Amino acid sequence: MKSMWLAFLTIALVAVLADVGLDYAGFSSQDVTSSPSVRLD
Amino acid sequence: MTPRTFLSLIAMLALMAVPLSPATAQDAPVIDRSATGGATTLEDILLRQQGIKVDNTYRRDATGNPELAAPIQDQLGTLGGVSQSEDWQALRYNTADVTVSSRVPAAEVIMQDSGMAWQKFRSGPLLTYGGWLLAGMLGLLVLFYLVRGRIRIDGELSGRKILRFPAVERFAHWLLAGSFVVLGITGLIQLFGRYFIIPLIGHETYAPVAIAGKWVHNNVSWAFMVGLVLVTVFWIAHNIPNKHDLKWLAVGGGLFSKGVHPPAKKFNAGQKLIFWAVIVLGFSISASGLSLLFPFELPMFAVTFEKLNALGLPQLIGLGELPTTLAPHAEMQLAQLWHAIVAFLFIAIIFAHIYLGSVGMQGAFDAMGSGEVDEQWAKEHHGLWLAEVKAKSAKSATPAE
Ligand code: HEM
Repeated sequence: MKSMWLAFLTIALVAVLADVGLDYAGFSSQDVTSSPSVRLD
Repeated sequence: MTPRTFLSLIAMLALMAVPLSPATAQDAPVIDRSATGGATTLEDILLRQQGIKVDNTYRRDATGNPELAAPIQDQLGTLGGVSQSEDWQALRYNTADVTVSSRVPAAEVIMQDSGMAWQKFRSGPLLTYGGWLLAGMLGLLVLFYLVRGRIRIDGELSGRKILRFPAVERFAHWLLAGSFVVLGITGLIQLFGRYFIIPLIGHETYAPVAIAGKWVHNNVSWAFMVGLVLVTVFWIAHNIPNKHDLKWLAVGGGLFSKGVHPPAKKFNAGQKLIFWAVIVLGFSISASGLSLLFPFELPMFAVTFEKLNALGLPQLIGLGELPTTLAPHAEMQLAQLWHAIVAFLFIAIIFAHIYLGSVGMQGAFDAMGSGEVDEQWAKEHHGLWLAEVKAKSAKSATPAE
């Protein structure tokens, strides 16, 4: 059963990494949907 | 599976989304518009009111001609050869050269007309048939349980354990399965929430649920894709059909009768069907999901329709040629519907899998739990595989001289 719990933990970890990573890589909605002349944050 | 088979499978499935796309020009009635100088006639309007498609190229292409403009000092010369209605038509059919300051993809699309049809299909047939499909499958499983009961191990437990899936394979399975269940639940909440959850708990309570569900659905998708690739790599070799599969299918795998145990290798024909369904539906749902996750960046329907048209498949079943110019929004709408249709099929199939892998069959869960099954279980359900494993271990256990 250890591999099962490890897999579930990995799912959560990958989700957080994906969210942070995509934001960081410039894929946040605000980055994608605003022009360069808009100052974000 | 070669990429080509994969593509054509997707394409075949894609055909189901077709009734939504606008009818083709060929089946439209021919209308004489000389009396209006080529503009819309009363006949056009009447046909439209009856819901009959009219080839709209007479309007779509009537976007003026600057070459024929009157000299600037003449009457209407300032229009530059394009009347206001012609300007409007260009906007209406997305051929105008629009410049917007927003960087949002597809922001230059001022009008698109497939939104209503999409919304109606999404909140109508999609929900109705999809919901009944899932309910029907659950009903069938309950019925199966009532009639057949839990499939028990017929013989005596041997007490000897044999390794069925090593830890990495179990990890891959649970990466796929765990993410699938989470995606299924959050996806269904997004789809059914407005109609079934808001009336129960109200808008204020539903809003954070929907927002959290969306976050989870978007981000958990990656684990699903990784799990899918791993499972494909680990198990594809064991899922190539062989001669035992036909025999297995001929007796319904022994699922419906006690004491019947057709021989099978590592995976029986039923499991192979599940495996290939997971692969085909899994990759298709991933493709449409990515298309939705990066709005307007990864359109895939116009290109798919083009390939299908070239193969002649839609023509073969009387649909005529599928549209190959789709507004960016139409691409998104089709991706949404396709994603949901595949999801319903996928969930229905997985219901059966989860049932058999847990309560439905004694001893099955161990294969994915501890990874080890009792030899008697293996003998009954995967006799040829057990023999193979035993032969191998006997060979390696022969003491050196
Ligand atoms: C969440 C509950 C689930 C349970 C309890 C479960 C259980 C199992 C078990 C016990 C096996 C091994 C069968 C054997 O020993 O031959 C298995 C295999 C497999 N599972 Fe699952 N599973 C679940 C969910 C899923 C999901 C959601 C997917 C895919 C999206 C999936 C895909 C597969 C595949 C492709 C196989 C190999 C072929 C087969 O046995 O049908 N499973 N599962």
